[in-house]
Amino acid sequence: MSDIASRVKKIIVDKLGVDEAEVTNEASFTNDLGADSLDTVELIMEFEKEFNISIPDEQAETITTVGQAVSYLEEHAK
Amino acid sequence: MEFKRIVVTGMGALTPLGNTVDEYWSGLIHGVPGAAPITLFDASKFRTRFACEVKNFDPTQFLDKKEARKVDRFTQFALVASDQAVSDAGLTRENINPDRIGVVLGSGIGGLITFQNEVVDFAKGDGTPRFNPFFIPKMILDIAAGQISMRHNFRGPNYAVVSACASSTNAMIDAINLIRLGKADIIVTGGSEAVISEAGVGGFNAMKAMSERNDDPATASRPYDKDRDGFVMGEGAGVLIFEELEHAKKRGAKIYCEVIGGGATADAHHITAPHPDGLGAKNVMTEALKDAGIQPADVDYINTHGTSTPLGDIAETKAIIEVFGDHAYELNISSTKSMTGHCLGAAGVIEAIACIKSVVHNMVPPTINHFTDDPELDPRLNFTFNKAQERPVNIALSNTFGFGGHNACVIVKKYS
Repeated sequence: MSDIASRVKKIIVDKLGVDEAEVTNEASFTNDLGADSLDTVELIMEFEKEFNISIPDEQAETITTVGQAVSYLEEHAK
Repeated sequence: MEFKRIVVTGMGALTPLGNTVDEYWSGLIHGVPGAAPITLFDASKFRTRFACEVKNFDPTQFLDKKEARKVDRFTQFALVASDQAVSDAGLTRENINPDRIGVVLGSGIGGLITFQNEVVDFAKGDGTPRFNPFFIPKMILDIAAGQISMRHNFRGPNYAVVSACASSTNAMIDAINLIRLGKADIIVTGGSEAVISEAGVGGFNAMKAMSERNDDPATASRPYDKDRDGFVMGEGAGVLIFEELEHAKKRGAKIYCEVIGGGATADAHHITAPHPDGLGAKNVMTEALKDAGIQPADVDYINTHGTSTPLGDIAETKAIIEVFGDHAYELNISSTKSMTGHCLGAAGVIEAIACIKSVVHNMVPPTINHFTDDPELDPRLNFTFNKAQERPVNIALSNTFGFGGHNACVIVKKYS
């Protein structure tokens, strides 16, 4: 697992209170990990903080699974 | 129209004297002071560096970690106290009609700590707004009532009541009226407060409202003592189950006492100072007695607002003498804030619990920290100084007053 992937997964485990094993690449924040709309917004903010970037709203809306978050951040993280 | 009668069938409390009703009551009757140096933030630069904190409170013992993080400390308190009260009353999802149970909860300020932290965080940045999506739903004052409804599936009337330090008493009065009018069978009521923070302590310090006796926190809250120098900030929550009498009897609930009435008035005088003659306080006690259908001579114990401020303690005492006449010298008066500090919006319910326990046990908790008589106070009054007093307590009355000139009072009676 890349460094970025492990940091992303750590944030998800912490914020959504889920087991690490559940945080697979395919897992959807809302359908599989119990996030509601506010949780999802908070996750994006935490990614922004952790990787010191700004994720535009229209991009944020396309990040709905763990894998999507990891690949977006691998591409954009400074 | 005959009003329905209301009884208390469950109690819960988180207080500076203990994190259950029994620990709280034990602290009260043993005269334990709840004040100590502030641990919740670095108060070293503040005029007041002590408070009555709730001690050994770990929210994750009661709420899951994710849930605990999404609610302010005042809501954590409310959830824990309401869990205690609901379980004490034996309410389960199976034995109640959820549409007939409401939640009416008071708080003076709500999520001040959340507000402070979010705004400080914003101010540290470059002006780009990065507010947490839970900021508003954590901070808003009604959220404690909302969270309790979600936790227990209570779908009746649900809202918050705000009248500064009278908030939870006004909440209880609304609860009384909702049940009296048949709008609900049960109202989960009371209040919660948690503002021991830079903004809370700094704000009240700026008003010179708080004691600055930093060299001796334990004796700083000294209502009716000549050398009192302001209130000591407390925090906590109290939750009571108010239930329509026939409903309680039908399900075989244990009954602590009856709640026979309440009153609410305004001073219409000043934002923070009490009316010098205690006009609003006098009117509110008169209203409450009338509402309860009793005479002044029926009252055995008054748990006063008695915050330990120079003016407030005198005004309330004058009002008591005016309303109760010679009987003022027969009844017991005490300010349990001498032990709990002033729990602000939660004070009313925390003190109502003291009244309920007093009625149940025929014991009046003391006003501790009395060293020197105040010549401005009538020495014939029994302030229950320093030691609890045993006496028959059939009826007890609790006063609370809030900034803005709000006055509220509730009366409880031994159940028979």
